[in-house]
Amino acid sequence: MFKTFKTILFRDLTLAMRRKTDILSAVFFFIIVISLFPLGVGLDKTVLIKIAPGIAWVAALLASMLALERLFAGDYEDGTLEQMLITPQPMTVIVLAKVVAHWLLTGLPLVLIVPLVGLQYHLSGEAILVMMMALLLGTPILSLLGAIGAALTLGVRGGGILISLLILPLYIPVLVYGSGAVSASLIAGESQAYLLLLGAFLILTLLFSPIATALALKISSE
Amino acid sequence: MKINWFKYAAPSTFYPLAGKIIPFFAWSALLLIVGGLYWGFFQTPELLSDQKQYYRILYVHVGSAWMSMWLYIVLVAWALIGLVFNTRLSYMMAMATAPTGAIFTFLTLWTGAFWGKTSWGTYWDWDPRMTTELILLFLYVGYMALQSAIDDTRRSDKASALLALVGLVLIPVIFWSVNCPDPNQCAALHQQSSMSNIEPNIRIAWLVTAVGFWMFSFMVILMRVRNIILDRDQHTSWVQGLDEVRK
Amino acid sequence: MILQANNISCRRGERLLFSNLNFHIQSGELMLIEGRNGCGKTTLLRTLAMLRQPDEGQITWNDEPIDKLAEEYRQHLVWMGHHNALKGDLTAIENLRVATCLNNINCSEDELWTALETIGLYGYEDLPTRVLSQGQKRRAALAFLLLSQSKLWVLDEPFSALDVKAVDFLQSIIRKHIEKDGMVILTTHQEVALMSDKIKRVQLDAL
Repeated sequence: MFKTFKTILFRDLTLAMRRKTDILSAVFFFIIVISLFPLGVGLDKTVLIKIAPGIAWVAALLASMLALERLFAGDYEDGTLEQMLITPQPMTVIVLAKVVAHWLLTGLPLVLIVPLVGLQYHLSGEAILVMMMALLLGTPILSLLGAIGAALTLGVRGGGILISLLILPLYIPVLVYGSGAVSASLIAGESQAYLLLLGAFLILTLLFSPIATALALKISSE
Repeated sequence: MKINWFKYAAPSTFYPLAGKIIPFFAWSALLLIVGGLYWGFFQTPELLSDQKQYYRILYVHVGSAWMSMWLYIVLVAWALIGLVFNTRLSYMMAMATAPTGAIFTFLTLWTGAFWGKTSWGTYWDWDPRMTTELILLFLYVGYMALQSAIDDTRRSDKASALLALVGLVLIPVIFWSVNCPDPNQCAALHQQSSMSNIEPNIRIAWLVTAVGFWMFSFMVILMRVRNIILDRDQHTSWVQGLDEVRK
Repeated sequence: MILQANNISCRRGERLLFSNLNFHIQSGELMLIEGRNGCGKTTLLRTLAMLRQPDEGQITWNDEPIDKLAEEYRQHLVWMGHHNALKGDLTAIENLRVATCLNNINCSEDELWTALETIGLYGYEDLPTRVLSQGQKRRAALAFLLLSQSKLWVLDEPFSALDVKAVDFLQSIIRKHIEKDGMVILTTHQEVALMSDKIKRVQLDAL
């Protein structure tokens, strides 16, 4: 089982490395959205500090949604997904490997860019740290939940928008607690409870999302 | 019991059965809704001042809120039966339930907005129940969107069934997160519903209209599923032989 | 080893493709599924490959229903559909490596290279498969057959896009597999010279 996980993980990472545009676009989208808001909202420092958590999270949500379309679509189109369903390996392991690869390429970079957000929105060092922690816990949840949407909409017209319509409502808890964590650290410094809740939600989705995604892939491949 | 169940699991036998029982639901719905509203308007004491007459909108609001949530559970139940037993009719029932559920959700939000304006001074307030109701609307719409986006009926049935199931599992989490955005201090903002504190006549009116809505749902859903059956089975001989079709 | 289909029927959308289909295939046999376009050949093969469930009826492998056997059945199965199941950005050797690993086939690097050489891709093993011709891509996909140890092959139009030499080669691989007590179920539009006496035919049109 671990061998399967490793094989799929390296396969997906290799494929992504040979086509760098896919990964980089998600990251740059995040940067652009983050940079646009101060221009639209006004450059008042106190306002920017207050809205930073919400904006960073919405931008992360949208960047994640953008990248999700390609999670299974490539394999679906060239027939490799079918082959994965036929192998004697448990589909949940394969799904988990793909989601981890996806997160390493589109979620983790967002975590690493947070200092840039901090710079543009005048956040303190501590807030930046909390934001990184929150995104570190939250972006995997986005990938895991998004995978379900991506699997359900394989090969369907209007795929990207449809995924957003289906999955964005489910992202709300991540948004509430993720941005709440950073807001709390800005005000009183009590962000631990939020991070714990995010962690709990991550564990919940880790357990249940690969199963739902594998089932959705089976349904989509009929 | 078992034999009876599976006999009506085929669209061809369910169709006439549904046709026979629809009038019963139609009449019950009419009687209950009219009765409930009459009770609510004329039998409740005139204790409250003119301003507070607006509370009467709750007769519609509460009933439709309950139906919006109940119908989602019904939808998921049908979806689950479909996924486990692979029966086409269950998926058709789920598909028929969704629009009615969505309409009740919309009605709840709309009447809720008017209620909010008159009692709290604002049309919208992001409080937990309102927000969750909005999310519920998104879940219904998502279900219907996925259904219509996929051409192959088998795949669209199963995919939307799975989506509805995922939604149900996540609703408690979503509600909790909106209810308790600050985990350090959880406070519910919508009034705690305490049914016992409410004047009995008003309570009766609420319950009667709610049940009336329920009967109405049965009627509308059964009518809709008959249409779905006709649409999907249009090539079969039993449908071709029906009076309605031959005309 | 015996694969048996009991009273299966399949629909596509709301259209019934075929119903009450019964057949079985044993070790050392080859079965050809025939019928005009759109009559459900691919759907039947996909059902046998467990990519979809039959709408009615049951398929058994050695008398056990295949959905209960699940992973065990899939271990015995090789499926080749219309797609080549190759990642365009990976080389032929990388694709083969992933495929063998996922299917629990333990083979050395040498064996992978030899397989590609045998199938006629000598010199092309290191190129990303998207630059190969249609025929070469098909060969790269078929290389897997040389390394697989599974008994049951379910092939959907395996000869398409192959040139005459490759068609001959594939025929010989299939023949060898049957001789070693394997089972092959396939569809094809071409007139291919398979062993004419041992072929079972299933006509989907007639149902």
